[in-house]
Amino acid sequence: MVTEVSTREAYGKVLVELGKTNPNIVVLDADLSHSTMTRLFAETFPERFFNCGLAEQNMIGISAGLAASGKTVFASTFAVFASCRCFDQLRMCLSQPKLNVKIVATHGGITVGEDGFSHHSIEDLALFCSLPGFTVVVPADAIETKEAVKIAAGTYGPFYIRLSRPRTPLVYDENYTFTLGKAVTMRPGKDATIIAIGIMVAKALQAAQALAAEGIDCCVINMPTLKPLDEEAIIKAASETGAIIVAEEHLKHGGLGSRVARVVAREKPVPMAFLGIKDAYAKSGKPEELLQRHGLTVKDIRQAVKSLIPKKVFR
Amino acid sequence: MFVGGPSISELQKIVRKLRRHVITMTAIAGSGHPGGSLSAADIITALYFTVLRHDPKNPDWQDRDRFVLSKGHAAPILYAALAECDYFPVEELLTLRKLDSRLQGHPDRTLTPGVEMSSGALGQGLSFGIGIALAGKLDSRDYRVYVFLGDGECDEGQVWEAAMAAAHFKVDNLVAIVDRNQQQLDGYCYDIMNLEPLAAKWRAFGWEVLEIDGHDFQQILKAFEKAQEVKGKPTVIIAHTIKGKGVSFMENNIEFHGKAPTPEEAEKALKELE
Repeated sequence: MVTEVSTREAYGKVLVELGKTNPNIVVLDADLSHSTMTRLFAETFPERFFNCGLAEQNMIGISAGLAASGKTVFASTFAVFASCRCFDQLRMCLSQPKLNVKIVATHGGITVGEDGFSHHSIEDLALFCSLPGFTVVVPADAIETKEAVKIAAGTYGPFYIRLSRPRTPLVYDENYTFTLGKAVTMRPGKDATIIAIGIMVAKALQAAQALAAEGIDCCVINMPTLKPLDEEAIIKAASETGAIIVAEEHLKHGGLGSRVARVVAREKPVPMAFLGIKDAYAKSGKPEELLQRHGLTVKDIRQAVKSLIPKKVFR
Repeated sequence: MFVGGPSISELQKIVRKLRRHVITMTAIAGSGHPGGSLSAADIITALYFTVLRHDPKNPDWQDRDRFVLSKGHAAPILYAALAECDYFPVEELLTLRKLDSRLQGHPDRTLTPGVEMSSGALGQGLSFGIGIALAGKLDSRDYRVYVFLGDGECDEGQVWEAAMAAAHFKVDNLVAIVDRNQQQLDGYCYDIMNLEPLAAKWRAFGWEVLEIDGHDFQQILKAFEKAQEVKGKPTVIIAHTIKGKGVSFMENNIEFHGKAPTPEEAEKALKELE
């Protein structure tokens, strides 16, 4: 039985933990604190919590002012609002001035589900990765979330951390140490490499397990830090396995796939396959139904690996 | 009362010098926004030479008052004031907008000593000011925050998000100044996007509202004094100004919103500002 834990709940709890030891931390939200779980911080440290109401752009500006005055700022809302609605504010107030604000957004991707396209966030990684100076992290589970948030709190500069709405399976145990900018080899393998991010990591592991039963030995890499990218790990995977499959809950363009492909094309060209959302918005539905509709299931990963291996130049 | 600062006649002398800098800088750069710099000149002079508690030798001093130029296109007048306060050499003003200059076309907080925030995409400075004001309250510091807005800038929705939030958070250490020169790039504000009743809007949002002639130092200083006494809410000073103020052929001439004077025009303007 796989344990499923919500990443946003892990975020809410670790914020309280950080708040206890670091009086410099302030938290902002835009009327979603019950969903982003920043309400836990608000209840514990009301004087250091600012609910900005439904005004995300203003929240980014206020965050910047607090950061410019020496605060370590966490600002939360849904991923789609943090990215699409606030892009100019992110650019003017955080990216260019390099201010110490951590945007931790929940409800990333299409597993937001029934709320539909207005609440799905499928462009956020492309947008945040395009901002100079931003560090972009997508944890694979609740444990990695906790560790990544702690590291972000102690690392100067603007961050984007993308979390999910539903509970997700744990892929790590409590002994896990997150290293910023480093990929994690989840399992070794020689026939192909699946590079996954966020909720796709657990699925990639399941796919690799199923493929092993068919005699295909797949390496699985978790790439929690999307920017700066661990290029060395990508080059190594391309060199050692000769085929790379990328899986992400995001548009195919601008996210993990695009970023990995740029490294592969430049340093070690090998055949690649891309699992992600095609150039369209998703509709309302249950998270699993949407993942199925958009080709982001364990089965889809398995098929992608099997179709890619024959294209390998060296075996 | 602000004590120990320059007299009104001294301020008038300083502001003429700053206006001359604006003309020279933009003329040499060949581009820039003289109109909105000249309308802002008297208020920015009053702030930097009388009102603000600041130390040019120590621009990161934690207890300094903060000035945020939200209407970033008025950068030339800000740079002129900073240079005359010794944040950097006056000669550097002539590098405005040139490659590798610290004086960018719009303010850049990472490059220029004394510049509190990068700006230029309008409507964002007031939010930033709220953040600084909240940090001051959290840390029990008694500094004050001044945010300078254009009237055209008040078309931006974020200004009103911030107006609402500032009153909600009761940041009485925050003062906004609206440079009410009545013009924006495409023409008169009342033609492009009517802002009136502007004072009533700010009042309705929960602000203390003061209206002044933004070219009269007595009124300017009195307004800043009054703002310091307001408790429990932020203050906005609506400063009625003239775009291009101080140069006859630039006054109320929308052409000079975003156009630098030619060498001949600059010469004529400098003569008027002697």
